[in-house]
Formats: sequence, C-alpha cells, structure tokens
Amino acid sequence: MISLNFVLMLGGILFALSVAGIFLNRKNVILLLMCIELMLLAVNFNFIAFARQLGDLGGQVFVFFILTVAAAESAIGLAILVVLFRERKSINVEQLDTMKG
Amino acid sequence: MISQSVLLTIVLAPLVACLLAGIGGKVIGRVGAHTVTIAGVAISFGLSAYVLKLLLDGAPVVNETVYTWLVSDNIRMEVGFLIDNLSAMMMTVVTFVSLCVHVYTIGYMKDDPGYQRFFSYISLFTFSMLMLVMSNNFLQLFFGWEAVGVVSYLLIGFWYTRPSAIFANLKAFLVNRVGDFGFVLGIAGIAYYTGSIDYATVFAARDAIAANTMEIFPGVEWQAITVVCICLFIGAMGKSAQVPLHVWLPDSMEGPTPISALIHAATMVTAGIFMVARMSPLFEMSEAALSTVLVIGATTAFFMGLLGLVNNDIKRVVAYSTLSQLGYMTVALGVSAYAGALFHLMTHAFFKALLFLAAGSVIIGMHHEQDMRKMGGLKKYMPITYWTSAIGTLALIGFPGTSGFFSKDALIEAVHAAHIPGASYAFWCVTLGVFITAFYSFRLVFMTFHGPERFREVAHDAHSAHESTHVKTDKDAGHEPDVSHGDAHGHHAHDDHGHATAHATGHDDHGHHGPVEPHESPWVVTLPLILLAIPSLFIGAFTIGPMLFGDYFNGVLYVEEAHDTLGHVGESWHGPLQFIVHAFQAPTIYLAFAGWAAAWFLYIKRPDLPGVIAAKFSALYQLFAKKYFFDEIYQAVFARGSVGLGSALWRVGDVALIDGAAVNGSARVVGWLSGVMRRLQSGYLYHYAFAMIIGLSVLLAWYVLR
Amino acid sequence: MSITEILFYAFSGVLLVSAVGVITARNPVHAALFLVFSFINSAVLWLLLEAEFLAIVLVLVYVGAVMVLFLFVVMMLDINIAQVREGFTRYAPLGILIALIVVAEIGSVVYVKSLGTEVTPVAQVAVEEGYSNTGALGELLYTKYLYPFELAAVILLLAIVAAIVLTMRQRVGLKQQDVAAQVSVRAKDRIRVVKMAPVIEPPAGSEQGEKQP
Repeated sequence: MISLNFVLMLGGILFALSVAGIFLNRKNVILLLMCIELMLLAVNFNFIAFARQLGDLGGQVFVFFILTVAAAESAIGLAILVVLFRERKSINVEQLDTMKG
Repeated sequence: MISQSVLLTIVLAPLVACLLAGIGGKVIGRVGAHTVTIAGVAISFGLSAYVLKLLLDGAPVVNETVYTWLVSDNIRMEVGFLIDNLSAMMMTVVTFVSLCVHVYTIGYMKDDPGYQRFFSYISLFTFSMLMLVMSNNFLQLFFGWEAVGVVSYLLIGFWYTRPSAIFANLKAFLVNRVGDFGFVLGIAGIAYYTGSIDYATVFAARDAIAANTMEIFPGVEWQAITVVCICLFIGAMGKSAQVPLHVWLPDSMEGPTPISALIHAATMVTAGIFMVARMSPLFEMSEAALSTVLVIGATTAFFMGLLGLVNNDIKRVVAYSTLSQLGYMTVALGVSAYAGALFHLMTHAFFKALLFLAAGSVIIGMHHEQDMRKMGGLKKYMPITYWTSAIGTLALIGFPGTSGFFSKDALIEAVHAAHIPGASYAFWCVTLGVFITAFYSFRLVFMTFHGPERFREVAHDAHSAHESTHVKTDKDAGHEPDVSHGDAHGHHAHDDHGHATAHATGHDDHGHHGPVEPHESPWVVTLPLILLAIPSLFIGAFTIGPMLFGDYFNGVLYVEEAHDTLGHVGESWHGPLQFIVHAFQAPTIYLAFAGWAAAWFLYIKRPDLPGVIAAKFSALYQLFAKKYFFDEIYQAVFARGSVGLGSALWRVGDVALIDGAAVNGSARVVGWLSGVMRRLQSGYLYHYAFAMIIGLSVLLAWYVLR
Repeated sequence: MSITEILFYAFSGVLLVSAVGVITARNPVHAALFLVFSFINSAVLWLLLEAEFLAIVLVLVYVGAVMVLFLFVVMMLDINIAQVREGFTRYAPLGILIALIVVAEIGSVVYVKSLGTEVTPVAQVAVEEGYSNTGALGELLYTKYLYPFELAAVILLLAIVAAIVLTMRQRVGLKQQDVAAQVSVRAKDRIRVVKMAPVIEPPAGSEQGEKQP
C-alpha cells in the first residue's frame, strides 16, 4: 500500500527540482519551459494522490484540465520562442532585457 | 431700572463716532470729525453719569446678556453688561477724561494732517475701554483688553513716519503680548475649572477652583487658584505696566500727548487694576497671589519713581510718576484694599490726566520742545497751565485736602495695617515713594515754571544748529533709551510733529531758528485743564467716605475678614477733616514736604547742585538714567535671543531640517530608493521568475510556520 | 511490501533521477529526452495510482505531442549551447537553497502539520465488476464538468490559433494565390467586348439569304 505522504513528498521533491532547474537554466528559455512542465507534473501528482485517497474523481478531472492548459501553454510558449528566435537569432534570456526600467 | 438701550447707547455712541470720523473723515472734514466724536463721547459721559446717579439712588445692579455669540461645550460666549457701582464709576471716569481729552485735542492737534484719524482712534479707544469695564464675562473683558491694546498700539505709532514711534509701538505691543499670554492662560484656567466665563458663575464656583491643585512642574503641586490668579495678574502687569513688564510705558510717550494723558495715564493702564479688583473674589482665595501682587506693586512704586528723578523729558517724568502711581494701586490690591486701589485709580485718573495735559500745554507753548532743561520761568507766560499743573502736582504728592492726599494716605495706611508676606517691604517702598514722588513732581514744576528762562539761552546757543543741539544734549544726559534706531536719535523724545505738520500746512511760524517765545494755550486746551483740576482738588474729600469706608462697593468687591486692611483703617475714620488732622501724625506727609523742600533747594536755591551730585554718584546716576538697564537686558536677552532663536530655527529647523532633511532629503531618499529599486527591475525575465519563486517560498514559509 | 510498492518506489527513484537529468543536461535535446522519460515514468506511477485514463493521456498527449513539439523546436532552432550554458552554476547555490527550503516546507506540511493525512485512509472500495476509470471520468466530464470541459476546448482552440498567428510570416517576394481576388473577379475585368465594323467584304452574291451583321 503506497502511503499518501510518500506521493505528496514525491511531488514536492519533483517541484523543488524543477525550481532548482529554473535557477540553473535561467538563460535557456526552452529549458525553462520544460521545467514548468515538470512543475505542473509535480502538482498533478498531488491531485492524483488525493483523488485516490479520498475516492473522488474530481481530482483526476482537475489533472485533465491542467494537462489541457499545460499543452496549450507549451504550444504558445514554443510559438513565442520561435518568433523570438526569428527576431533575435538567439534564445539567450540575458539578451532579453528590454523590460528594464 | 437701567434700560439696556441706555447702556448700548453709552457703548455704541463712541463707536459710531469713530466710524464716522475714521471712514468718513475726508467727507466731514476736521470740524465734522471733532464734532461727531465729541458729541459721541459727550453722550456717553452724560448717560454714564445718569447711570451712576440711578445706581446711587438705589437702582438694582444690571447683569444681563445682550447677545449670545456662540455656545461651545457649555461655555456661553456672550456680550453682556454688568453695571454695578464699580463699572459705573469707571464708565464715568473714562468718559469724563475722554471728553476732556477730546476737547483738548482740538487745540493740541490743530496742525496735524492726521486730525480725523486721531479723533477716530480716541473714540475707538473710548468704545473699547467701555466694553472692557462694562463686561460681565471674561470674553468681553478680553475683547476690550485687546481692543484698547490695539488702539494704544495705533496711537503710540500715530506719527508712523518716525522710526522711534514705530519702535515704541512695536515694543508696547510685544510687551503687552507677554502679559496677555498670562491673561489668556488665566481665563483658560478659569474656564477649565468652572466651565464658565461669566463673572457671576465663576465667582459662585470659586471654591471649585480653590479645591484643585495643579502640577506645572513634575512633583510640585500648586494651588490652582494661585496659578490662575497669578496668570491673571501677569495680564494686569502687562497692561498696567508693572515691573518687569513696565518697559513699554515710558516709550509710549512717543505718542501724541493727549494719548499719553488718556490712555497711558488715566484709563487704559488702569485696566489691570480694574481687572484685579473685579476678580477680588478670586484673589482673596490665594494669599500667595496677593503677596505677589503686593511685592511687584511695591517694587514698581518705589523703583520706577526713582527713575523720574533723573529724567529731563517732561513727558517721561510724568510717565515715570504714572508707573509709580500704578505701583501704589497694585500695592493696594495686594493688601486687599481694593476699594483703596479703585479710589486711587479714580483720583489718579483726574490728576494724572491733568498733569499730562498740562505738560502738553507746556509743549505747545514751547513749540514742541520737551526737554525741561530748556524751559523755566514759564509761570508768567502760561498762568492757567501753571496753576492747573500745580494743582495736579499737589494732588500727586498728596498735599492735605487734595484728592490724591486722601487716596494715597488711605492706601498707605492700609498697607501699614496689612500683615501678609511682603507687607513691611511694601510699606517701606510706598512710604519712601512719597518723598520721591514729591521730589520729582516739584522738580518738574520748578524746572518748567520757575527759575531762569533757559529757553532763551538754548535758543541762542543753537540758533544755527538746532538739530545738533538736540542730539548733543540728549547724549550728554544719557537718558535716551539706547535702542537700535540711531538715526532717529535726535528726534527721539521730542514731540516735534510740528516739524512735519508745519511744513505740511505751510505756516512755519513757530520760529525754530530764533528765540522761542512761550505763550498761553488756546481755550480748548485750558478748558479741559480747568475741568480736570476741579475733581483733582475736591473729589477725594467728597468720595472717600462712601468709597473707602462706606458701602459704595458693597456686593462688588469681596474681602476676606482676615485681609480687611481698609476696615482696620476705617476704625479711626471720622470724616475727611479728621483724616487730614490724623495724617499729620504719620511720617508720610512730612516726607512729602521734605521732597518738596529738597526739590526747591536743589532746583531753585542751588541749581548747580544736581550736576555735582550726579557726577559724585555717577554709577547710581547711570543706573537710573539707563532705567536699571531693563531695556538693555531685554534687548540683549529677548530681542537678541529671539533673533538668535529665529535664525537658529531658520538654519537648523528650516534650512537643515525642513529644506534639507524633509524636502531635499525625502527627494534624495526617493532618488536613492528608486536607484535601488531600479536595479531590482533588471528587465531580465529570470529575475522576475526568481522573485516569484522566492516570494512563493517565503509566503509558504509564513503559511507553514504560522 | 507488495510488488506494487516495490514498483512504485523504483519508478519514483527513476523519475527523480530523470528529473535531475532534465535540469542538468548540457544539451537541450537530452533534456527533452529526459523529460520524455520523466513523463513515461510518471505515467507508470499514475497507473499504479489507479488513474489509468490520465496515464494514457499523459503518454499520448505529452510524450506523443507536446514533447515532440519541444524536440522539434529544439532541433529547429540553432541554439548556441555554450552561450546558454555560460554561468550555469552562478545561481546554483541559490537554486539549491530555494529547492531545499521548498522541500523542507512541503515536508513540514506533509509530516508535521500532516493536513489530516494521518487519518485512516478510506477503506479501499472494492472495484466493482466492469468499472472503468475512463468511463467514470468521462461521465464526470460530460455531466458535472461540462462547462469547464467546453472552456478547455476553447482554450485549446485559442492555443492553436495563437500558435499559428504567432509563427506565420509573410515572406517578401513570395508569389501566392489570392483566392478572394480569384473569386471576386468579374468578366468585365478580364475581357473587353469591342464593337467594330467588318473588315472583310463578303463575296458579292455568293451567300444569298444570309444576313450581314
């Protein structure tokens, strides 16, 4: 029998890893997007664990929606990335500082 | 029954006249201006006398509200009249002296371009003073108090083109503010403890004040009544020119002489005396306050009199005698002889107004020369002025039978009978003060009216350099207040508006550059002198009985049994004649004669002696001539101090704190902060992401660890 | 320890290792492949957690579509790896610190505060005959969550449109068919009918009965 706490911790560690990934790969937008995907996955673990624990399929419905939104997000994100690369010939975040005040 | 409309007419007639003369002065002209103002004051005087007569015939005391201004926190602010024997007496005296001065002014100011303005001011003064004395509450009292202060300010600076006059009126105003500050605090204290500013209510609730103590400095408990009374008395000190707030009164002689007579001798300066007498139920509750009053009054009476000995300006001598006499009144207040103080106030109003107006008459006769060393032998040129001023002088020194004799002697007797702390000091001060008073009064008379006709010598000395003579003699005498308006030094003490007015009106017949020929003043000047001389001589004998020992002030003044010094004096009262006889058993009368004799010896018999004595005791002479250095000390401590404080506040407070720290500082802080914040906003996407994540973890930490 | 648990722990370990691979891989292609591996592992874990439909969706949608998209983009773009790797470890201490803090916080929530997770778990309902996770989820989606489901569909449509709009570009000098112009063309735009006099005289009398225009 898999304990709920274990699954929650697994999600937590996965989340922490993706946080660390954002810090490490701060210059590479593609990897940032991947880390965000990983984060969403970690969150999904929580939903699924609770859905199973409480016997409520609502949690799984939520995961379904999250997956939907994540897919949409990565599609648009990658589209933006492509446009960005076309403009700048680079995806280096260091060079994206036009928001500087 | 005294109707309200009569009272309103008394108050408003001078005000209407003031407005007519002040606003419509150009339209109604000179004659119109003095006609309306004299008419206004005459109406006031007539009705005041009528009211006084009604009261004497047994009409009930009036205490009614005319108008409610506002009610705030249960304190009613009203305009109301309290007409009892005290206020009726004050009203009559004020309007009578004011009327005399109005008439006198026609002669004194006839060449002045500010004629209408002057009449407007003195009518305004009459209105303010009437408001003050007729008030039945502290607010109206304060209104009148401040209004007379304003008029005093305006009139001291009447010749506003003279720097010395402007200096003097500013000084008077500022010194009075010090007193008024105390006065306001006193009123505030009364309102705080009794919840009312109406006299009757306050006096009924005086035990409530007495039951309280207040802690002004930590650890020192003060009786609330003492604090309140002393605060009120500080107000009286300012207005009645008691030491140490007396410095403005001698300088107020910069104003025209009628004003010196009316405001700075007869009426306004006695407002403080009047106020303390009005507050007698409060002052009786606190022996400490009475002692303070007593000691300050005694100090003023004696030491200010001494200054009169060395002054050579005719008006200033009279001014110092006013200070001294105000001190006498204050002493009487201090020994709870309120009736004595008011009695002396009344007689003093007559004879001091008389003396001032006589001095003014001399000044007119001498073509606006005020230095007594340039006078002498005027008796034969100005007989009416001479005799009236002689009467005034006799009354001032307390010659038996004159009004001043009764008031002053009764007052000294009351001090003798008193035994509150400070009474023996006060007794010595007032007794020796009699000698001093007699000495300087007769010095004035002898120097002005007797002896050689020095004005001729002076004129010969300086017929080519008139101005420089002024400067030289003044500096030699050293009696000039050494204030910071040096360029006006020569003019300072001289009532020389003739210079300006003569040129302005185009008939310079005063002959400043030839020998001065004195002449008797016109009838408008001498008539008031005669009018004032009559009460100066006789009013004392007639009124001493009812006022001091009778029941005139019953129900108005309140005296504790233990303080009843006048009652003690009254035990030996058997009528005016016996009083005179009795006086010959006391030392005071001999002191007065001694002063007279000394003045005669030094200024008629051996006119060379005063200079010798002055040289011998030059340190003392300097002390007197410099007026105990009060002006210098105030100049150094308060004037410099406030200038220093101001510039320190300007440098530290304004430039450094407000401009530097607050204005530029906040701008700098904002600039620096935005510099820092700007760096936070790097524009790098990941910095925002980091900020979000760190914020998230902090939020989570707060949520978890809560 | 049942076989399920062993499998779960094993796949969990593999998941974490591949996640570490994602964030540390030098090459974005490798990172993407590690991510694919993570998703597959997750799908296995979800299967073990009895979320069969979602496990399948994860594999089909994520591994099959999204990750392919990622790989496609990564490979299409000419990324200067050296440049983007530059200063890789500069923020590593901070990142690790934050990660540890997050783990500690979640751990404290899970184990210290426990959020009621220590409550006896609901007795595992015996799965009845013919139970289908997909069927149950579908029932839920088309009844209770119909509107959110429709919204999700709209969002996906939006994502499609957005992605196309963003990436489409007009090349200068490209010859293209303009359908609208083709459709809206009118005959008079193309041909002009001109009336004119005949230029050739017909042979006289040869074709009688025929009318001349």
